Amino acid sequence: MAGYAVEIDDVTVRFRSKKRDVTALTDVTMRVEPGEFVSIVGPSGCGKSTLLKLASGLLPASTGDVRLFGEPVHGPRKDIGYVFQKAALLEWRSARKNILLQAEMRKLPPKEAAARADELIEMTGLSGFEDALPHELSGGMQQRVALCRALLHRPPVLLMDEPFGALDALTREQMNVELRRIWQETGTTVLLVTHSIAEAVYLSDQVVMISARPGTVAGVVDVNLPVERDYGPTMAEPEFAKATRHIRDHLGAAAAAE
Amino acid sequence: MVTHTQSARTGQRERAGEASGVAERGRPGIGQRLGGFLERSWRPFALLAALFVAWWGVTAAELVEPYLVPSPGDTFDAIAARPEYFWEHTWTTTYETILGFVIAIAVGVVAAVAMVQSSTLEKTLYPLLLFAQVIPKIAIAPLFVVWLGFGLGPKILVAVLMAFFPVVISMVTGLKSVDPEMLQLSSTMGAKSGQTFWKIRFPASLPHLFSGLKVAATMAVTGAVVGEFVGANAGLGFVILQANGNLDTPVLFAGLLIMSLLGVLLFVIVEWLEQLLLPWHASRRDEGASTTL
Ligand SMILES: Nc1ncnc2c1ncn2[C@@H]1O[C@H](COP(=O)(O)OP(=O)(O)OP(=O)(O)O)[C@@H](O)[C@H]1O
Ligand SMILES: [Mg+2]
Repeated sequence: MAGYAVEIDDVTVRFRSKKRDVTALTDVTMRVEPGEFVSIVGPSGCGKSTLLKLASGLLPASTGDVRLFGEPVHGPRKDIGYVFQKAALLEWRSARKNILLQAEMRKLPPKEAAARADELIEMTGLSGFEDALPHELSGGMQQRVALCRALLHRPPVLLMDEPFGALDALTREQMNVELRRIWQETGTTVLLVTHSIAEAVYLSDQVVMISARPGTVAGVVDVNLPVERDYGPTMAEPEFAKATRHIRDHLGAAAAAE
Repeated sequence: MVTHTQSARTGQRERAGEASGVAERGRPGIGQRLGGFLERSWRPFALLAALFVAWWGVTAAELVEPYLVPSPGDTFDAIAARPEYFWEHTWTTTYETILGFVIAIAVGVVAAVAMVQSSTLEKTLYPLLLFAQVIPKIAIAPLFVVWLGFGLGPKILVAVLMAFFPVVISMVTGLKSVDPEMLQLSSTMGAKSGQTFWKIRFPASLPHLFSGLKVAATMAVTGAVVGEFVGANAGLGFVILQANGNLDTPVLFAGLLIMSLLGVLLFVIVEWLEQLLLPWHASRRDEGASTTL
């Protein structure tokens, strides 16, 4: 077994349709160690969602190789948890049943799954809304249901596509702290796509910057913050300011060049 | 506009329901649902009553000859004079309609599922379906009588043929309208295609199916009566034809009245089933509807 949880090797992704060809990603190489938390930032449409779909095997690479724990990825992988950019909930299922879909599809033991679901509901502050249908939940709550669903089976790799985009600033901070804690407890490898530079720096060991179309890795920032990160103090650290400034400059420069 | 009001309303409900919990709001009891249904459907009933009064007014004022348009009283007298006769023929038509409708649903749903699974099958079947739909049923009904005789067979067959098309089309649309990300999610869960079908695709297609079923329900009644027109010794179509031959307009009107009631009743049953089986869909639609009114 090779050393990397996720390996993306010189990958290009092209979308061909009748009207036009779009090169979403080109020459992308990236390696994620097991247990690492890596964020992906970049302008809208640069191929961040595409990158996650690539890693999960939902989308084939036009050229190049993708490996998960050393195994080449051909076709959808089930050893992952995926949080889509839209919540993608089944509207006829209650919040709890949506979370448990994961267990039903994987045929997990119902009792354990139910206990785990309760734990996650509690943790994400959805208590009291277990029986609500998706259309009765706010956008942020729907997204939290999707997060619970992705965590239910304790996946070795968690792929998250702007999971907190629909949350208000305060809830978002709480969720960040929560996610950091979940990550520390579970030792899961996380790939997180986000538009928030602060979120990326606070959460990650590494931030990968993607340039505008065709997307390619514009740089990688190592975040040298301590493992224990209290929200307020971390924000005040000089290293935090340095990392965010670096990323902002980089993305800003890329935007200016466009 | 609508979404704005709707969200405001949801907000209100959320605040109001905080203490009581969400579950109660989500699933009203059958009684409550029936009450809601009556509340929503009094308008059409009022309109029907108005039409009825107009009918009565026209005949009472003798604006038209009674042998052309009989009064409501004469029409009901015609029914009251021979209740068993009407009951028997109504039952025959009801039987044909329901059997035709049920067969159309079964065949239609299976065909739709097959067509969605295989695009070759879809390409092969679609033209055939279209052909079966555009051919005038009244024109082929005599042929069915030749093939199947004067019994129930040809009537049910015409009912099936008429009801089948909306079922297939709506089900195919429904099965195809599933959010592709939902299917991707399902594959990251390692779901088998059977699981994906029963847990995601099929339930997601039901709202579409039900809108097709509402059309199909009324088509099935028409189909059964058309079947009866071309050769029958029972059923409402037969009653209407016979009354026409005798210039017995009260019986003719009675037949028409019962026939329309049958269609409406079937439609209402389908609608009610939809509310019962798809409360998640109905409650969403109701919200939209009540804010637009
Ligand atoms: N299925 C598809 N077919 C054709 N083109 C696609 C498809 N999916 C994505 N693209 C194109 O690939 C590019 C990258 O899309 P992607 O969704 O990965 O962007 P993104 O970085 O996630 O953007 P955002 O931040 O707005 O979510 C876009 O130009 C988009 O038009
Ligand atoms: Mg995206």
